[in-house]
Amino acid sequence: MSKVLMKGNEAIGEAAIYAGCKHFFGYPITPQTELSAYMSKKLPKIGGTFLQAESEVAAINMVMGAASAGIRAMTSSSSPGISLKTEGISYIAGCDLPCLIINVQRGGPGLGGIQPSQSDYNQATKAPGHGDLHLAVFAPASVQEMVSFVCDAFDTAEKYRMPAMLLADGLLGQMMEPVSFDDVKAYTPAEKPWAANGHKNRRPHNIINSLYLKPEELERTNFERFERYADLCKNGQRYEAYMTEDAEHIIVAFGIASRVAKSAISEARKQGVKVGLIRPQTLYPFPVSAFDTIKDDPKVKRIMSVELNMGQMINDIKLAVECKKPVELINRTGGIVPSVKEVYDRIMEANK
Amino acid sequence: MSIVFQKTKGLTDVPTHYCPGCTHGIVHRLVGEALEELDVLGDAVGVAPVGCSVMAYNYFTCDMVQAAHGRAPAVATGLKRALPDNVIFTYQGDGDLAAIGTAETVHAATRGENITIIFINNAIYGMTGGQMAPTTLPGQVTQTTPYGRDTDTAGYPIRVCEMLSTLDGVAYAERVSVNNIKNITRAKAAIKKGFENQIAKKGFSIIEVVSSCPTNWGMTPSEALKWLDENMLSYYPLGVYKDVAEGVKHNA
Repeated sequence: MSKVLMKGNEAIGEAAIYAGCKHFFGYPITPQTELSAYMSKKLPKIGGTFLQAESEVAAINMVMGAASAGIRAMTSSSSPGISLKTEGISYIAGCDLPCLIINVQRGGPGLGGIQPSQSDYNQATKAPGHGDLHLAVFAPASVQEMVSFVCDAFDTAEKYRMPAMLLADGLLGQMMEPVSFDDVKAYTPAEKPWAANGHKNRRPHNIINSLYLKPEELERTNFERFERYADLCKNGQRYEAYMTEDAEHIIVAFGIASRVAKSAISEARKQGVKVGLIRPQTLYPFPVSAFDTIKDDPKVKRIMSVELNMGQMINDIKLAVECKKPVELINRTGGIVPSVKEVYDRIMEANK
Repeated sequence: MSIVFQKTKGLTDVPTHYCPGCTHGIVHRLVGEALEELDVLGDAVGVAPVGCSVMAYNYFTCDMVQAAHGRAPAVATGLKRALPDNVIFTYQGDGDLAAIGTAETVHAATRGENITIIFINNAIYGMTGGQMAPTTLPGQVTQTTPYGRDTDTAGYPIRVCEMLSTLDGVAYAERVSVNNIKNITRAKAAIKKGFENQIAKKGFSIIEVVSSCPTNWGMTPSEALKWLDENMLSYYPLGVYKDVAEGVKHNA
């Protein structure tokens, strides 16, 4: 078991290469730049493509082209850049193409700031582009999870023929942690009979397309796509439950917020407060099943959502508990990460 | 009975949706013939744009991808980088290539992306019903220039071949037309050359085809070809603007 010290952004790049992705198309934006730089250094040496596109719009469309050919391709950006990519994301979803999009979030709206944020939660999980579509959204909370989730995201994207997103933040992207690649399984390319890669006069021509002028046809494709989403929602929910068995207060947090929450929970537990954590690892699908027993558990008094935004995931929590429990918000925004003390104080206040 | 003319294997056996007298049909045939003659139909992947030729994916027998408006050169770039030994082409109109997709066009060109672009310039947005295009002539009446294109407020048309021929990444830029038999023959040769360049890995090739739009110009097909000849060809002179192989630069 060997470990290397890596920056989150660079670990994403290395994991993608492990996952068989040799084609990266990107555009410079803080705070994800190290990922592009890493790929520009590595990919040419293994016969891959690193291409710095003229725009975020072009980059996502290059990904669409490479994905159409049936290979693993990715792009990465940060919040304002992801907004520009939403057109391409919608087409990729409409064409049922797999690919990976990295969002190392920064504060918004507009140009916002360059400090960590989770304010693209709604965009990632609800409306990543025009039309009826979803991304499979993974939320890592450590550099090690960035590695494993990149691989899982590619696999999920191919299994369900949909784009996947790794929703990180500026802090995770910039932090250094020891990581191991020992558990990353070797990538074996799957057959892609749908790919537009030249029919060699051996099969009918393949068409990658999202245009259906007949409403019935378009509706049929949407119904079919949502059957796949339903399967993902049934089988793809992932979360970590931490000290929830006896908990009277449940904190829900993902990504960097969950690490702050864990520290606050440890402190509160020392004071005898029964508090636990639900940490969503997938945001689409949202791990509704994590709340199956919690919502009807009489000892659970309240749920608290810790977020680096104005309260976005909290709505999914309310839906998951079917309004049977009060759900409160603990948040900072604009690029500010709540301190352990802030979260701890709220826990202690709630426990009074 | 011997067959003296046969539809190219490069085109599917379905009726197109193009209007009567539209020159898209001719250009489709020329592209199909060129791919067939070069024996690359099995290797080719075409990228259809948004515009009148959006449904080109139904007409070409090679593999096809339908791109967002203006993004075909970026999609083609992704395809080519993934499939460097395949023949990748885009088929785009003037609104797609020279308005909403200008950045994608210019940058694919300046990268010397080894792809072939077939560019239809008919001086109008056809699919949406005849609005001003980046190639609409000064004074030309369209749905959104009802008093004629006023260059004081709407600016001037873009001459794409001239503009792109200044870029070092471009291997080949030629403007052709399909308004008469002679020009159709010339257009066929240019399109074929565009594909040959790619196979020989020479880099970015663009063939601009000055075309007609009888429906949105409000003319009969024959009137439209006459109007094209009398109005468009003086603004968009035919010829080779760049040919690295022949040492031609900025000529016309």
